[in-house]
Amino acid sequence: MSLRAIVKSGDPWIWLTGGAVATSLLMIGGLLLLVATKSLGFFWPADVVELKLEDGTVVLGQVRNHETIPESSGSGPKGDRVQLQVGNRDLYGADFRWIDESDVVTSSLRAEAVVLERREWGNFYGFVKQIRSGEKVIASGPQAGWEALSERLPAAQRLAAKVRELETSDLAAINYDLESERLERLRARHSGGPTGAMRAIEEREAELQQRYTELRGSIEKLSLESEVDRLIMVDAGGSEKEIGLSQIVHAYQPNAMSTISKARLYLAKVWEFVSSDPRESNTEGGIFPAIFGTVMMVILMSIAVVPFGVLAALYLREYARDGIMVRIVRIAVNNLAGVPSIVFGVFGLGFFVYFVGGSIDALFFPERLPTPTFGTGGILWAALTLALLTVPVVVVATEEALAAVPKEHREGSLALGATKFETIWRVVLPSALPGVLTGLILAMARGAGEVAPLMITGVVKLAPSLPFDGNWPFLHLDRKFMHLGFHIYDVGFQSPNVEAAKPMVYATALLLVLIIVSLNLSAILLRNRLRRRLSGGTF
Amino acid sequence: MASPDGDIGLTIQSKRMPKPALVASSSAPAVTAETVPPVLTVRNLSMSYGGELMALREISLDISKNQVTAFIGPSGCGKSTLLRCLNRLNDLVDGARVEGRVTFDGRDIYDPAVDVTELRKRIGMVFQKSNPFPKSIYENVAYGPRIAGIRDRRRLDGIVERSLQQAALWDEVADRLQQSALGLSGGQQQRLCIARALAVEPEVILMDEPCSALDPIATAKIEALIHELKKSYTIVIVTHNMQQAARVSDCTAFLYLGRLIEFGTTEKLFTTPSKKETEDYITGRFG
Repeated sequence: MSLRAIVKSGDPWIWLTGGAVATSLLMIGGLLLLVATKSLGFFWPADVVELKLEDGTVVLGQVRNHETIPESSGSGPKGDRVQLQVGNRDLYGADFRWIDESDVVTSSLRAEAVVLERREWGNFYGFVKQIRSGEKVIASGPQAGWEALSERLPAAQRLAAKVRELETSDLAAINYDLESERLERLRARHSGGPTGAMRAIEEREAELQQRYTELRGSIEKLSLESEVDRLIMVDAGGSEKEIGLSQIVHAYQPNAMSTISKARLYLAKVWEFVSSDPRESNTEGGIFPAIFGTVMMVILMSIAVVPFGVLAALYLREYARDGIMVRIVRIAVNNLAGVPSIVFGVFGLGFFVYFVGGSIDALFFPERLPTPTFGTGGILWAALTLALLTVPVVVVATEEALAAVPKEHREGSLALGATKFETIWRVVLPSALPGVLTGLILAMARGAGEVAPLMITGVVKLAPSLPFDGNWPFLHLDRKFMHLGFHIYDVGFQSPNVEAAKPMVYATALLLVLIIVSLNLSAILLRNRLRRRLSGGTF
Repeated sequence: MASPDGDIGLTIQSKRMPKPALVASSSAPAVTAETVPPVLTVRNLSMSYGGELMALREISLDISKNQVTAFIGPSGCGKSTLLRCLNRLNDLVDGARVEGRVTFDGRDIYDPAVDVTELRKRIGMVFQKSNPFPKSIYENVAYGPRIAGIRDRRRLDGIVERSLQQAALWDEVADRLQQSALGLSGGQQQRLCIARALAVEPEVILMDEPCSALDPIATAKIEALIHELKKSYTIVIVTHNMQQAARVSDCTAFLYLGRLIEFGTTEKLFTTPSKKETEDYITGRFG
């Protein structure tokens, strides 16, 4: 067959197009695979190896990486090396060590090796020496010590959790009320209100202060109680370390664990990752506030962008006379989608934060100035900035959906005596709704992944409280929030402990992808339901 | 297909006769079919879709109460345009310009003071392509009454049932009113559209080639329905099927190139046409 005939047959075309699809799939799949393997393995309780080195030192830790020593490292030894997480940052300074395999004399897995995940200072690798309750020794030696530890740990953790619970909810609520009263007093003084009101405020404040002191006292007592049980650990080199039981998140002996109990611990750790607050400047613990902030911001953005985009599209498609102006507006809207997102961020900072937020502060919260309320970055401004960024997507999708509504439906409605508005409201918009949702899906996909504009309109590294909580008025749109995208940047590039944070970056990235997918999926399901309802039955 | 021929004919015609008013003079009395009082009177109606192309030229005719009036003619002759002039649906077309008068119930419907939505409630319409809304059967029929402000569920139920019965569809759909109208067959959909038009209790029903997309059985059902509806409604039907016009209508208007060539009782027009074009068309020499 001649080349000409092959080209004419169209086969190369099929291969070319199919190849393009395959390449895209491969890239997406590869990316997800990389992120998934790098992140999911992190939570697995790997075995703890004890290595005796040529120079006589003994190290204990979990193998995190394995590689060939790069050629560029000069005259050093050739061969492989392993990266060992040795932990014990309070003793060694760094969590990780690269060890050349040629230096290793013996390597062993000791069953009694213990991994402690602590609230502070990262993991501890070592052996149990003693358990004490106050001055009393409860148990000594690795075996008896471990048993005593397993027995006493849950109670200590419950106590510690209670202390944290009191601090983060009850104490925070009182703090919130105190702050409200302070602002109330400021407002009263600002407006020169009656002294009676002032006195009432002061009384309430005194009462709150009283309750605060009481609660503080009971928290003090509880935390002292939780620190009674203490654990003396010894590391591979023989140094001792005393650790309070309340400081321990997980304690386990990976070398002695069965696969099933490892799997159980794995799931517990994954759950902890998605459901708890971050620790140690975000390099450990969970990322729940970031998940919450991301989802809430996307929802706020959707609430803002859909009505706005749909109204704009309705005017452009249904009311505006198709002329040069409409065409210019349409081109402008489309081009808006191509403006770099950081530009939107700068606009959001200038317009929403400083201008709108500043005006709101001057009008409604003058007593708090110079401390800004809305005149600083917050979840509302971030959501509005993103809404602005994604409005072209919604406008374009809605316009297309409106154009696709058959002329016969409009005429049918008008011929029954409906006005144009009634026709749009009752016939055109319902038919166009799936298209609007397509626009929303695209907007969410774009908005949820944006980071740059958020960095200057309200995202922070660590937010003390969620933008939605139990304190009146529950929804705090002025609060700063955490975001998964920014979290990735922060943990990956701004963290003091980059090596330890690496798996966190991958895990966070995976979670961000999963959240965007699930947000999209829910919108897609909604759209398909609508479509089914619209097209109805068999045809 | 007649459409390209018609277009060419139209341009030749307009070149040869730049002043259409020569043929049907503005003072010419409209042809009245019978002594029945007219509901709609059309006088010297001309219409263009912007530019010089005249879609209708100086048309005058009367549409009698409780009769079926058919507009026939080759494609592009303006019969649909004339029909749409009667409920002002042509208003939607950019650049549409209308001259002359259409009187309905003694009032000029092109008077700026006329409420178009009110007019369209009194002059209903059924389209060439059945166009049920993507809603349930019930909601389709209830659409017009709802627009008219009827909220009471029991009244709506009554209207829906009555309209569907009038459109001879009730027996087929009574048990699935809440299902999508798009699940109905083509003929059922068209009868649903008729029921939808009937639900607002119009006085006149305009039908724009209502059977052109239907099979013979469905067509027969619609034609029987038209016979039935004639008793209480005035019907204007556009068709390019001459047999259909002969079967269902009392009066027939033959349009050609935007002009009304002949208008009279169906019987007379089909047996002893007075114009040569009419005879040529009904005997199938063109069109």
